[in-house]
Amino acid sequence: MMTKSEPEIQLVEIENLTFKRGERVIYDDISLSIPKGKVTAIMGPSGIGKTTLLRLIGGQIKPDSGNIFFNEKNIPLLSRSELYEARKQMSMLFQSGALFTEMSVFDNIAFPIREHTELSEDIIEKIVLMKLEAVGLRGAKSLQPSELSGGMARRVALARAIALDPELILYDEPFAGQDPISMGVIVRLIRSLSDALGLTSVVVSHDVPEVMSIADYIYIIAEKKIIGHGTPEQIRLDTSPLVQQFVKGEADGPVPFHYEAKTYRDELIKIPPGSVS
Amino acid sequence: MKQLRFLGKQTIDLISGLGRAVILLISALIHIPNIRKGTPLLMQQLYSVGVLSLLIIIVSGTFIGMVLALQGYTILVGYGAEASLGPMVALSLLRELGPVVSALLFAGRAGSALTAEIGLMKATEQLSSLEMMAIDPLRRVIAPRFWAGFISLPLLAAIFSMVGILGAHVVGVDWLGVDSGTFWSVMQDQVDFDKDILNGVIKSIVFAFVVMWIAVYKGYDCEPTSEGISRATTSTVVQSSLLVLFLDFILTALMFVK
Repeated sequence: MMTKSEPEIQLVEIENLTFKRGERVIYDDISLSIPKGKVTAIMGPSGIGKTTLLRLIGGQIKPDSGNIFFNEKNIPLLSRSELYEARKQMSMLFQSGALFTEMSVFDNIAFPIREHTELSEDIIEKIVLMKLEAVGLRGAKSLQPSELSGGMARRVALARAIALDPELILYDEPFAGQDPISMGVIVRLIRSLSDALGLTSVVVSHDVPEVMSIADYIYIIAEKKIIGHGTPEQIRLDTSPLVQQFVKGEADGPVPFHYEAKTYRDELIKIPPGSVS
Repeated sequence: MKQLRFLGKQTIDLISGLGRAVILLISALIHIPNIRKGTPLLMQQLYSVGVLSLLIIIVSGTFIGMVLALQGYTILVGYGAEASLGPMVALSLLRELGPVVSALLFAGRAGSALTAEIGLMKATEQLSSLEMMAIDPLRRVIAPRFWAGFISLPLLAAIFSMVGILGAHVVGVDWLGVDSGTFWSVMQDQVDFDKDILNGVIKSIVFAFVVMWIAVYKGYDCEPTSEGISRATTSTVVQSSLLVLFLDFILTALMFVK
């Protein structure tokens, strides 16, 4: 068990990141760090570009300026082969699971092992069974992805993501659209895998209750910046109105309920020119 | 003013699209091949792209050969030249119809299927998953499909011409009464290997390159929505068909005009 006096290693350090999509600024000079072995959550309103942050960490897109350090390597500056080496230490769990549709569940999980190692089929079989057991789907190993429910597909994708025992897992909206039971399963898995395997997890989500229950540290991103960060307790006590609106789920506040429009009266009542209002 | 801006945007989109297509091609194809890992992938794609297109090629080839023989006989018999039915059919197929029609059919069947498949893999983030697993999707997904099509189409075009000639034989000799010996011997006399057969093969190699490049690029570049995929699939068939016909004209002018 880690004692309080041990310094926290930051597995991912983002410094002064700016990212634009065309003219639109998505991130404006943000900095954050992901501590090793913990579950860090990144929350924020929809469409803010949280998935974009995961893609930036994974090196799929390059920032306009700033550094992204993973294990002390600056991701945007890596060559293609160095980037691929770094990616072997990371895994990403996509919102849709993104299983390969032409392979069975077993082959999906065995895929990264077969591609990146020279292990024999016997050993690969044992590893796949262990990963399936960890997510509770050992009995589903021969099914095809089309036969799985959404929640099961996500669990298989999780088993595939941990197949090579990565250091970092990036979860893209893992709770989106799940029924309460599947939600509970995913929540439990994220936490238990993080603890049991010493994984560093980054969870991008806007499901406040779920995130609050498993995250060790939370960043809230809105309006191109980090508007709040801290442990779940600190976030709950944060007095900034935008953080409060987000955490409490209030319909109206700093993020207004009404989209920008003309005044209601002017739209409803069209006054013909020359007459008295 | 708006029209000018629109024209400008279209031109820029076209050129940047062409640039992306070239980058895709080079990244996918220019590398040291991994024989052990690549061969089973290639075999799988050769089956799904090439073998599964055999039916449409054979059926179309047979019917086109038969129609050629019918029409050809009807016209030639008026000049007393029905002995030339053999070479007429063979040259039409080997020089033009074989490479061109099989390329068009291939674009419609295999090209559209590939665009849809790759587009759907992009939309369901399977390509991104491969990237994040440190596996290059260009080498694993795109390259085998490209090579499979590039190898298959010339072979399919040859099969097309072959069944076309056989179909013409059935109609011309068995039905319309052209002498079998005359059919084959005049054909043998008039059809030259270098000038006719080889030129036809060169054409189908060029068409294969173009059709597969367009199919693979459109799939990889499409917008990852259902609308985007359907637009990309349509665009593959239309653009590769038009480009095949255009290139056919150029190649014919280069090869067959003195």
